[in-house]
Amino acid sequence: MNSPYEHHDYDILVIGAGGAGLRAAIEAKQRGLSVAIITKSLLGKAHTVMAEGGMAAAMGNVYSEDNWKVHFRDTMRGGKMLNNYRMAELHAKESPDRVWELEQWGALFDRTADGKILQRDFGGHRFARLAHVGDRTGLELIRTLQQKVVSMGTDVFMECKVLRLVHDENGRVAGAVAYWRPTGEFVTFSAKAVILATGGVGKSWKFTSNSWESTGDGHAMALWAGAELIDMECIQFHPTGMVWPLSVRGLLVTEGVRGDGGVLRNAEGERFMFNYVADMFRAETAESEEEGDRWYEDHSAGRRPPELLPRDEVARAINTEVKAGRGSPHGGVFLDIATRRSAEFIRRRLPSMYHQFMELAGVDITREAMEIGPTCHYIMGGVKVDAETAATSVAGLFAAGEVAGGMHGANRLGGNSLSDLVVFGRRAGIGAAEYIAGGAGPSGFDLAEVQTAVKDALAPFDNETGENPYDVQRDLQEMMQTNVGIIRTQSELETAKEALGEFAARVRNLKVTGGRAYNPGWNLATDLPSMISVSRCTTLGALERKESRGGHTREDFPKADPEYGKYNFVHSLSGGNFDGEIRTERSALLEMPEELAQLLEEAK
Amino acid sequence: MANVTVRVWRGDASGGDFEAYALEKNEGEVVLDLIHRIQATEAGDLACRWNCKAGKCGSCSAEINGKPSLMCMTRVDELPEGPITVAPMRTFPIIRDLVTDVSFNFAMAAKVPALLPPPMPEGGYVMYQEDVQRGQEFRKCIECFLCQDVCHVIRDHEDNKAHYAGPRFFIRYAELEMHPLDTNDRRDLVREEMGLGYCNITKCCTEVCPEHIKITDNAIIPLKERVVDAHYDPIAWLGRKIRRRTKRSADEAAVQPAP
Repeated sequence: MNSPYEHHDYDILVIGAGGAGLRAAIEAKQRGLSVAIITKSLLGKAHTVMAEGGMAAAMGNVYSEDNWKVHFRDTMRGGKMLNNYRMAELHAKESPDRVWELEQWGALFDRTADGKILQRDFGGHRFARLAHVGDRTGLELIRTLQQKVVSMGTDVFMECKVLRLVHDENGRVAGAVAYWRPTGEFVTFSAKAVILATGGVGKSWKFTSNSWESTGDGHAMALWAGAELIDMECIQFHPTGMVWPLSVRGLLVTEGVRGDGGVLRNAEGERFMFNYVADMFRAETAESEEEGDRWYEDHSAGRRPPELLPRDEVARAINTEVKAGRGSPHGGVFLDIATRRSAEFIRRRLPSMYHQFMELAGVDITREAMEIGPTCHYIMGGVKVDAETAATSVAGLFAAGEVAGGMHGANRLGGNSLSDLVVFGRRAGIGAAEYIAGGAGPSGFDLAEVQTAVKDALAPFDNETGENPYDVQRDLQEMMQTNVGIIRTQSELETAKEALGEFAARVRNLKVTGGRAYNPGWNLATDLPSMISVSRCTTLGALERKESRGGHTREDFPKADPEYGKYNFVHSLSGGNFDGEIRTERSALLEMPEELAQLLEEAK
Repeated sequence: MANVTVRVWRGDASGGDFEAYALEKNEGEVVLDLIHRIQATEAGDLACRWNCKAGKCGSCSAEINGKPSLMCMTRVDELPEGPITVAPMRTFPIIRDLVTDVSFNFAMAAKVPALLPPPMPEGGYVMYQEDVQRGQEFRKCIECFLCQDVCHVIRDHEDNKAHYAGPRFFIRYAELEMHPLDTNDRRDLVREEMGLGYCNITKCCTEVCPEHIKITDNAIIPLKERVVDAHYDPIAWLGRKIRRRTKRSADEAAVQPAP
């Protein structure tokens, strides 16, 4: 192997250093393999750090009735039954062990009175189930895993952006090509297996809770490398993002506010969520404010308030209220905890929300209601994987966390993401280690793929004329927000499909100024091809799915159609170019064994 | 709205200077918004770090009008009238513009001997809220390294970096020392190799902490007391000699099997 660039050789390459990537690396390292973690940012800054409310695990510390079967049922119903049932099952069974494991590695969760890990209520979970640390659980998770990874002496390549996966002569994944952001110099990695843990895609929308990193690099690289993506039309718009000031529009407000007693009101002061309870959830939702309030004290004294329906239901309701002219001054609705809980309680349970509003909006949430509205938050869709091993359809390539699809179906429940990261991060580490042990390693390293990636990456420096990447990104975000947002319709989706063809051409004609060393304009230019590929899959899936289900709502097909509930839409691409032809096909859901199907049938 | 002039340090390890950009102010903006607008319009190659834009990740540290701050949490309308100066953190080597080489901190992190708890009982450890609360304060740390930047022990004396961990790591050591489950003893390490004695408790670190962690009062001073007790108390000294309850290496601490 004669790479013309700085070159490294490992057993396993983990791309992404959020919860899933770090957990995968720990597992592989514990099995004696050499592991490299590559991250676009510094270690400990990945999007996991933004997770607030908690991680769902049926430990039964607060409600002893809770168990994996109830968690499984809640996850499947929340996902509108589009989930890979086997992933939902493994996740429900294994997440308690993953939480306890974090505690062994130094995490300090909030406690119950008898010294166990405290669990909080969240939307769609029948029992208080989220292990948490105030409202900064993601920070606790990433710091714990980061400290574990560092104590094991794992090699971490920080501020290193992977451009493309590289194959061997048999089409197996054999490594990757990347560049160092501080210097702009290229670097290649060969590995026997690659684990994608690159997170989400939210940066392609205008109002998003996601950081600059969430450009769908892993989704796109998998697609380009020959893997399949599923459910890409299923995007979660979190119901509660900040709406004012404009500078922080989209910034997340944790669901924990509602879990701890906060309620939603429109401009008329009405708790409007009582008007939006879908039939599927009627039997388990409170009918009156009094009943909902009793539930907070004791879950057997009433049913849950409708503010704690799954996120897709709440986001759509807010959207409808605003459209009907009952919104707040800045185009959201009101989230009120000030009139319902003491200032001391709010500051203790929601410290970072308190600071976020105080410092960024000048709003004291212990005295005033927050103005909130839906914000692009999470993609349920992703790389199609095997539930047990996290293997993709391409040999040597694995995926875990937000970049993987299937676990959450059409809509993710709050709290199921942090647990997903560690359950399937670990499984990806095991899957990759066993794949290597099976001896099916790569032969060769396709340098032609490296050269193509390098040439494409450098093109914006060579173009005599061309567009500013920031302009293209802004227009893309505007276009996706308008046409492929929370409520979709055929004509707008067709507009988006057409526009994305034009965006691809614009991305082929970018111009950047300055040098290669730490140049954010150039870095953005190398992120844009991923954003285009992912946006195209989302749009194509949304066009095909002529129904409304979870994080995919069609104005022209407002109801769920049982026929569509039998399929995922699967995207694939041949030729490996970001602007190549994408094929979208139906693929039948995994068939659920009878004993699991029965769990879903049981009333309440 | 009114205009504002932002003076941003531009350059690299070989040198640089402030460059002025005139921008329009919008309601509610933070300094990071101004930097982003400069990037998107006049200077696409203006280097800065950022991720969450919500004070949770600790990436966008800089010195704003001379004060170590997070750019994402500094409201423009709360700064005094006149030009705003944005410079990189001074304690760390420059990479480019506002981006510095903070690898010193990652090297210090690698030296911390890991938590070493006893085996977990069936159903999980029992710890009470009052036991974990002290450690939780330190675990709020977002690793912005502003406390490291402001600490004069390394800000003014580059040589001290060889034997001084800095406030961020003193809260880490304090957290581990106060952890209800930990059996590792790091007191000699903190005194002999991490340079705790260099800190003369001027509280500059506490002042700049965006998480409002009481670094000096709640971590450094108690840590100093513990380290001194361990070192000078003859009974404790004898006890350690007999029980050999000394720190173990990070490697040993890391081989805890997963449950």
